[in-house]
Amino acid sequence: MQMNDTRVIKANTSEVWAAILNPEVLKDCIPGCTEISGSPADGFEATVTQKVGPVKATFKGAVTLSEMVENESLKISGEGKGGPAGFAKGGAVVRMESIPEGTQLTYEVEASVGGKLAQLGSRIIDGFAKKMADEFFNRFQAAVEGPTTEDEAVAETDESGDAETKKGWFKRLIS
Amino acid sequence: MPKDTGIGASSKRREDVRFLTGVGNYTDDLSLHAQTHAVMVRSTVAHGRIVKIDTARAAAMPGVLAVFTGEDFAAVGGNPAGWLINSRDGTPMREPKRPVLAHGKVRHVGDAYAAIIAETYAQAKDAAQALSDDTQIEELPAIVDMKAALADASNRVHDEIPDNLCFDWGWIEDNRAAVDAAMQAAPHKVTLELTNNRLVPNAMEPRASIGEYFPGTGDYKLTTTSQNPHLTRLLIAAFVMGIPENKLQVVAPDVGGGFGSKIYHYGEEALVLAAAKRLGRPVRWTAERTESFLSDAHGRDHVTKIELGCTKEGDILAIRTETHANVGAYLSNFSTATPTFLHGTLMSGPYKVPHVYVNVKAVFTNTAPVDAYRGAGRPEATYSLERVIDMMARELGLDPFEVRRRNLLTPDQFPYQSPVGLMYDTGNYQATLDKAVELGDVAGFEARRAASAAKGKLRGMGLSTWIEACGIAPSNLVGILGSRVGLYDAATVRVNATGNISVMVGAHSHGQGHETVFAQVVAEKLGIPESSVEIVHGDTAKIPFGMGSYGSRSLAVCGSAMDRAMDKIIAKGKKIAAHMLEAAEGDISFADGKFSVAGTDKAKTFGEIAFSAYVPHNYPLETLEPGLEETAFYDPANFTYPAGAYICEVEVDPDTGRVEVASFTCADDFGNVMNPMIVEGQVHGGVGQGIGQALLENTTYDENGQLLTGSFMDYAMPRADDVPFYTVDASCATPCTHNPLGVKGCGEAGAIGSPPAVINAVIDALHRGGITHVKHIDMPVSPGRVWQAINA
Repeated sequence: MQMNDTRVIKANTSEVWAAILNPEVLKDCIPGCTEISGSPADGFEATVTQKVGPVKATFKGAVTLSEMVENESLKISGEGKGGPAGFAKGGAVVRMESIPEGTQLTYEVEASVGGKLAQLGSRIIDGFAKKMADEFFNRFQAAVEGPTTEDEAVAETDESGDAETKKGWFKRLIS
Repeated sequence: MPKDTGIGASSKRREDVRFLTGVGNYTDDLSLHAQTHAVMVRSTVAHGRIVKIDTARAAAMPGVLAVFTGEDFAAVGGNPAGWLINSRDGTPMREPKRPVLAHGKVRHVGDAYAAIIAETYAQAKDAAQALSDDTQIEELPAIVDMKAALADASNRVHDEIPDNLCFDWGWIEDNRAAVDAAMQAAPHKVTLELTNNRLVPNAMEPRASIGEYFPGTGDYKLTTTSQNPHLTRLLIAAFVMGIPENKLQVVAPDVGGGFGSKIYHYGEEALVLAAAKRLGRPVRWTAERTESFLSDAHGRDHVTKIELGCTKEGDILAIRTETHANVGAYLSNFSTATPTFLHGTLMSGPYKVPHVYVNVKAVFTNTAPVDAYRGAGRPEATYSLERVIDMMARELGLDPFEVRRRNLLTPDQFPYQSPVGLMYDTGNYQATLDKAVELGDVAGFEARRAASAAKGKLRGMGLSTWIEACGIAPSNLVGILGSRVGLYDAATVRVNATGNISVMVGAHSHGQGHETVFAQVVAEKLGIPESSVEIVHGDTAKIPFGMGSYGSRSLAVCGSAMDRAMDKIIAKGKKIAAHMLEAAEGDISFADGKFSVAGTDKAKTFGEIAFSAYVPHNYPLETLEPGLEETAFYDPANFTYPAGAYICEVEVDPDTGRVEVASFTCADDFGNVMNPMIVEGQVHGGVGQGIGQALLENTTYDENGQLLTGSFMDYAMPRADDVPFYTVDASCATPCTHNPLGVKGCGEAGAIGSPPAVINAVIDALHRGGITHVKHIDMPVSPGRVWQAINA
């Protein structure tokens, strides 16, 4: 399956670029990711637990970053083996463009599954992959730019709220 | 008066008592001392090179007794194709080795490349997963689409076969130019491209096998879900394992359906035998449902272009087809015969068509093997033909019933030599068509259509006049056609000393009801009660020989062997009777279970003769052996040619595209009918499967060769509410002229004749409803497909 989407992140391209290369960000953003290790240059080893329809499995696999053009684009590819569940493969080509509001992030995602996942879960795999991608980029956006406006509204009424909480945790780290 | 016993009686199926009360004896029911469990390790990718299989961790896991990989079977033979097909240019088909376990490459999802034997099933399953995790397979691009497979020589299912082509067959190649010329000259030409959808057989009982080895004698025993234990033994002995036939017993006990998928020998059968020998313990394997979806031989999967040339009045002048037939990753045993001699030879149907030419290209792909499935080739031919004839009628503005009447062979034209190689012996296609028109109340259709319209539904009526060649078949003919085996059958009639009878038959019953019908035939001929006859089948140690059950052949071929054996019994009985009654042998007649001297009241009952044969105190021992047991092998002179007319009515919901089968009428000619109830049941089952194919069932692989319909959640089987109450008739019988029972076979008929009737009805409904832009919808005509066609 294939899908495309685009979203605007309120941060400059170098901040977004740095976030994408950060394993801690990836760990936090990949839904169901419990472990990740490695580096952008050597690739990452990740463990992800997910339930796809009737099949729940822990996928262990490699995430590689390639075709990297700093602050502009890269390709994220992953392949995970889920034991009896089969396997999942996917990739996303991510492009960044500097715009007045921050960075426009465009991604083209491609995903496929094999084994039991395909035999039992194919009906729901497209929806599932879309949900995974949406969730990844939602989390990524939150990590980079901080809470959404509704969250901010909550934060503002919160007495303990200070300026720091309005930033995403990643932004806090680097700012 | 309907008979209540013997031939023609609707005797209740005696086997159903054990099937329905849970005391059947299926392979998986068998529990053996010291048995072990096998689990196959199957590929999760469609196409890949096996880089490394590290067995160490799996082998050390709790309970694991042995690990097998393709290496262990590298030295033994492959599982062969049963028919050699030559291409149009005379070259033989490409026949890659089909190993017990994949070696070097995996070629479809579900291709087994290793096996674990362990103390328990759970232990074997765990170790199989570990082995899978420890196996490195380099995934290669999957070859799924047939036309793409032929076009790309760089990507090969089998490295030694450059264009993935098994054969390019022409039938009959010498007639090709004449057919082309006739097509060219025809005043009207109809062209239709269609897909005969791929089906998973889905027998209720999954495949299962148990291997045993007896070191004291060196004997092997295989208990397995087979439609033909002798054929399985032959394949294992002569081709795969080299075990001498006299050291291998194959037992196929109760088998819960096959529909073709259990004709073939599979690697698991060889695996359990090899493992049993290595371990000295029984080894059992039972497929999980997903394994059945992945590894049972699938059915159909043809993509066909059919052209029909005709006059403006609807006289068919020429038919030409080009078919791509998917054989999957390996050649299953009948896979080369199914799209060729079981398909091309039927392409003139029940019609007098002067010119017919059939071209079939069989293509390897990274999918499960495809082979014969109920009807095998004949449903594909019938579907193409009956769809294109309907399209011709529509294009010419003619009535589809009249078009068929115009082209059907007439009773005076038999025997009829078809332009595609068959000699039809008997038939009366007008009679079955008239009967279907009457029973289907064609005259009342308009009123029913109006009633449907009032509910907002579009009603349509579809017709299919079908024929098949079954009871396969004469060995000398199939030998010329490329068969590597004979297709006779055998039976032994053993009269026991107290007069009851055991009949050992080569046909195998896996739901058909042979135990009942065969007993009826014996009881009728020998004049004894059905209850005195026991039918024994499915064990190579008990029965003389047999080619098994498929191709609607059991009664026509094996039943005839049984009849011949009874002739020998009666002939010997006459000799015994002549001695006992002190009469000349020529004066003894046999009727109603009695041997009598003509013109006198002197007679001996069948039981008295049997007793005398085993207690030969007053017996012609100088000239006659004691005992009363005879065997006959029967090789028929020809195929049999059942035929019929099917009328389907459907209601289509134009808003949702949902198709409902409103009625289904069958008028069949099966020759003589031995048990009307069982025949009707066979037709019900066949039509149910045909409706399943037409409306619901489809096997889908994605572009990576992943099976997306691997469970009953995604593969839609017909259920009770998907089929109507059928109207079934077999009264228009023209008995087969060349077998002693005059029978033609009924097992596949329903699955052959029904799919085009359903689709013709759907197209008819749309056209009557004013949706005339829809010329064809490929099966299965799911609501989505129909809705899209309506709204295209």
